[in-house]
Amino acid sequence: MATQEEVLAGLAEIVNEVAGIEESDVQLDKSFTGDLDVDSLTMVEVVVAAEEKFDVKIPDDEVKNLNTVGDAVNYILAHSS
Amino acid sequence: MVVTGLGATTPLGGDVASSWAALLAGRSGVRPLTEEWAEQLPVRIAARVAVEPSEVMKPVERRRLDRSAQFALIAAREAWRDAGLEGVEVDPERLGAVVGSGIGGVITLLDAYDVLKEKGARQVSPRTVPMLMPNSPAAYVGLEFGAQAGVHTPVSACATGSEAVGYALEMIRNGRADIVVAGGTEAPIHPLPIAGFANMMAMSKNNDEPQRASRPYDKARDGFVLGEGAGILVLESAEHAAARGARVYVELAAVGMSADSHDIAQPEPTGRGISAALRHTLADGGIEPAQIVHLNAHATSTPLGDVAELAALRAVLGEAAAGVAISATKSMTGHLLGGAGGVETVFSVKALSELLAPPTINVDDLDNDVDLDIVRVQPRPLPAETPAGPAVVLNNSFGFGGHNVVLALRRV
Repeated sequence: MATQEEVLAGLAEIVNEVAGIEESDVQLDKSFTGDLDVDSLTMVEVVVAAEEKFDVKIPDDEVKNLNTVGDAVNYILAHSS
Repeated sequence: MVVTGLGATTPLGGDVASSWAALLAGRSGVRPLTEEWAEQLPVRIAARVAVEPSEVMKPVERRRLDRSAQFALIAAREAWRDAGLEGVEVDPERLGAVVGSGIGGVITLLDAYDVLKEKGARQVSPRTVPMLMPNSPAAYVGLEFGAQAGVHTPVSACATGSEAVGYALEMIRNGRADIVVAGGTEAPIHPLPIAGFANMMAMSKNNDEPQRASRPYDKARDGFVLGEGAGILVLESAEHAAARGARVYVELAAVGMSADSHDIAQPEPTGRGISAALRHTLADGGIEPAQIVHLNAHATSTPLGDVAELAALRAVLGEAAAGVAISATKSMTGHLLGGAGGVETVFSVKALSELLAPPTINVDDLDNDVDLDIVRVQPRPLPAETPAGPAVVLNNSFGFGGHNVVLALRRV
């Protein structure tokens, strides 16, 4: 079972790769669209990469609820097998 | 209408200056294909870009762009800087972009299909469609500079780049724009297009001598060599360029187009369609045959095409055809398909502004049917003026489907 720190670090790696944002800027309280400039297509890329990395399914309906990095980290922690 | 900016990334160099220097030096950009996938192909040579996009473009930007759009954007940024437009305020409603490729984002399409088969639908990138659509390079170039007058993508196989420049000329003439960023790009080096072209018997199979494989006008020519890259120009109304004090290379004086209506892939052997495009160009620009000092020929190194083009030149220009210094720069760059017209228009602008026609390499044994003046081995000085008026340079581009485009540049 991954810790919150591990999931955050893994997510930061993904956001860096698909959106070019510094890993250190990817913090729990940051909004994907507002703070990190992650548009809707980029968000899909983040989600698909996170599914593979953390062995979790994130349904399309859930993606709109993942406003902040913390939302995504919590979802992954709650649903990863 | 004038040319105020040039940009290119080619098998000879990562920008215009290095590509032009290599062209004058008679260097070949053709290399063996060393990838594993090339081993089973009948053709194992190609002309890759001299500077990989990864050297000049950030990874995040590259992953959102098909390779053809990467080339287009690299060349467009150079052209924009070269035109002195970086940091200059331009009216977006008076700015256009016209960029095409012959086959679009074929590498993106095929790679995404591999992902679909191997990893399933969920792993197919949401960027696949915006990357593979043929108008993607034009759209990204338009986005880069904020073009709102219109963003267009002519597609006419190997005539595409020149058709884009011709379309841009008409946009400015018709009053739709003051500045248009225009040209062509192509990224076709992948086993599928290579297998397809090779099976058309269109490509050279001289795998043992890559640098000697592209040999327009030589008796031993056996087809074209596939290349990749982009050539982009900044075109501007003469008034707009003068008002901002822009450096002007040459005038873009005329365009002529026609269609063969003969065969989907074979050139019409008498050059009838090419002749029509040449005549339209002369009429469009008020050009006398005796003004034409240089032709950047389409000449791809195929047995039929190279001589049909010359027959048309002879038919239209008459005795003046003998006074044209003819260069086949594909002998060095390979054939960039939709990118060819862009790159060769850039080369034609350089030739007329520097008054030097580049050489044609690998003409060891001139075809008996070639009775015009092919520039071989050394670059040839060109006159700035002729008794009939200012010097004119032509660039020919023809594409599968029977598309013929001729552009004329005039010395200012």
